[in-house]
Amino acid sequence: MSDLLIENGRLVDPSQGIDRIARLLILDGRVAAIDPSDDEIPSHCHSIDASGRIVAPGLVDLGVELREPGFEEDETIESTSDAALAGGFTSILCTASTTPVVDSPGAVEFVRQKAAKANGVRVYVIGCLSREQAGDQMAELRLLADAGAVAVSDAPRPMCNDALLKRSLDYCRMLKLLIIDRPEVPELAENGVMHDGQVSLVLGLKGLPTEAEDLAVARDVRLAEATEGRLHVGPVSTMGAVDMIRRVKSREIKVTSSVCPHNLCLDDKQLTSFDSRFKVHPPLRSPRHVQTLKEAVADGTIDAIQSGHMPRSREKKMNDLNLAPFGAATLETTLSTVATFMVNENFIDWPTAIERLSTAPARIASVPGGTLAVGSPGDVVIIDPEATWKVNAYHFRSHCISNPLDGSELRARVTHTIVGGTVRFQLAPDANLLAN
Amino acid sequence: MPDTGANDLPFPDNWRRRDLLELQCLEADEIQTLLDTAQTLKDRTGGGRKRLSLLRGKTCANLFFENSTRTRSSFSLAAKRLGADTLEFSSAGSSVAKGETFVDTAKTIQAMGVDWVVTRHNTPGTPHLLARELDCSVLNAGDGAHEHPTQGLLDMLTIRQHRGRLDGLTVALVGDIAHSRTARSNLWGLRKMGAHVIVCGPPTLVSPRWAEIGFEVAHSLDEILPRCDVLNLLRIQFERQHARFFPSVHEYAALYAMTASRMRRAKENILIMAPGPINRGVEITPEVADGPQSVILEQVTNGIAVRMAALWLLAGAADRQAAGEMTEPTQVSQPQWS
Repeated sequence: MSDLLIENGRLVDPSQGIDRIARLLILDGRVAAIDPSDDEIPSHCHSIDASGRIVAPGLVDLGVELREPGFEEDETIESTSDAALAGGFTSILCTASTTPVVDSPGAVEFVRQKAAKANGVRVYVIGCLSREQAGDQMAELRLLADAGAVAVSDAPRPMCNDALLKRSLDYCRMLKLLIIDRPEVPELAENGVMHDGQVSLVLGLKGLPTEAEDLAVARDVRLAEATEGRLHVGPVSTMGAVDMIRRVKSREIKVTSSVCPHNLCLDDKQLTSFDSRFKVHPPLRSPRHVQTLKEAVADGTIDAIQSGHMPRSREKKMNDLNLAPFGAATLETTLSTVATFMVNENFIDWPTAIERLSTAPARIASVPGGTLAVGSPGDVVIIDPEATWKVNAYHFRSHCISNPLDGSELRARVTHTIVGGTVRFQLAPDANLLAN
Repeated sequence: MPDTGANDLPFPDNWRRRDLLELQCLEADEIQTLLDTAQTLKDRTGGGRKRLSLLRGKTCANLFFENSTRTRSSFSLAAKRLGADTLEFSSAGSSVAKGETFVDTAKTIQAMGVDWVVTRHNTPGTPHLLARELDCSVLNAGDGAHEHPTQGLLDMLTIRQHRGRLDGLTVALVGDIAHSRTARSNLWGLRKMGAHVIVCGPPTLVSPRWAEIGFEVAHSLDEILPRCDVLNLLRIQFERQHARFFPSVHEYAALYAMTASRMRRAKENILIMAPGPINRGVEITPEVADGPQSVILEQVTNGIAVRMAALWLLAGAADRQAAGEMTEPTQVSQPQWS
């Protein structure tokens, strides 16, 4: 943990309404001052010149899929941590697509210890909502919370049992524990591989109908309203889901939502290439859904943007579309995707982007971070907003090299990721940035 | 089988494709070339019975990851009648059954020195994946419910032989459109060649979205029957249906089977087609299947000619590219349908 002064950068902190050129001082791993006087800066303090760059609270991800233990061929906790740092994340919440699943205090402890050993990004555990993710009975939610789980969810599986979800919302109210649901009615989505629409019809591929998500979101928000429980639904991808969430937000129901970056820029016509890197979940929808999602992020209906990082090995993705699993490595492109398709297209400004990627997810998950207020953790991302780069998944720190934006030119690049005042990622000088 | 040794077929200027993956991406003039070449080869081989040496020294690998008898046999015969060798591969009992991916299997087969891979698979897009991964030509012999381009071509060739044209005809595809690769190749091929196409069947098997894409959608065979020049009766693919899309076979047959009584209300010279295998009594009754308007067996014969044409054209494009006479083969283009 070192003391750090970040100078000359454009400090963007939506939690405090700050957007100006400022100096940021981090001492003993915590934010010590914004625009400190020279007297406050220790002589040994390391400094970073952030001229022309944005200095913001480190990004917080509400949903990264862990693959360790059980599927280390896809990703390890260490490589997840590395990828998150390269993407500007300082905190990630991890759902369990692991074997065994994280439904016991021991499993939570395993992840925490592995994450501590990786010594990278802050890893927060999302425990299972139901035992063995079977959807029959509640996991030991209090014990999971005591072991360090910050939320519970059966994601990537949807919660199909209506009664269990209602009971869990009731129970978690006592624990002040957030429930996260990946909304989908499995009977309607069965065997689907892409958005159910004109494109799937033409390609002869089984579709995932929007109703499968719409109905689950409708159920979720109704149960949240009935129980007054804290519920996060996401990632969402449909106009129907947005409409439902917009309606309940006006009634002050405690429901929040999130979206993945690729659902804000790519549509289902990508699948005409039959390329499995576009097989993601939720699926790439039609352009009307994409447009609606962008507007919902802009107007705040959708609270947060999460990476949707679901790493799968090349061997698994190099298969036909029915067999290839859903998933992509998106931690390292999330910020640039938002910059390219939301900020540069004037849907949102930089403060709003940081709010959706950092402040809001930290608030939703009730984890430290998402702010540069004095006394907060010294978790910072420094971004070159004018950089242009070409995504090459082979250069990812993630073990997974499948990304729907591989080969695309994106704007903005994370240059530093600082966790607790320590620079944990710094963009290499030979990072192949394209000329502006 | 006599070998005529003919090797003087002029190569068409407009053909630049090394792969035949779908009809949706083909231009009308390319389809015309395929049909004309098929007709020429059929004429030169006396209905496909004589042997030519246009493809001597080349090898065609049939990689079938899904069961097939007629299509595989048709491709094998087509290759042999042009002088090529064939290599047969089935996934059952192969390395695929031992866990090897089909891409690795295909690469292994390619390494044996083949010029074409003819592939069938139950997942849409697998030929496209192979075309990206392999250096040789890839020919789609059916990918799930996506396309079956040579079936679409042989259907069009059969119609053209009987009507002399495709332009202006009304062709109904009846039955299980949802699961039919034959339908998806016929739809695009026929539309590009100027035919009016109707898709007909229960709403669970014929999506209203086809109308958004510009095809006529009908749910009553009786209503459209008097307008049709051609009926292509698609098989109910029980093996692809994981859910019940209609209450019973009996009810389906009552609504959509082509029967003798329905024939009396059709145009006098209507063509009855079926890609086969047919479920007698479900989509078509025996008296119609074996009746004078049925061209089902002619379709099978034309299949060999169409496949000969496809193999010859793809090989020609590959040879020209290798000789530097053709720089870039035409790629699959982004489809435009709305």
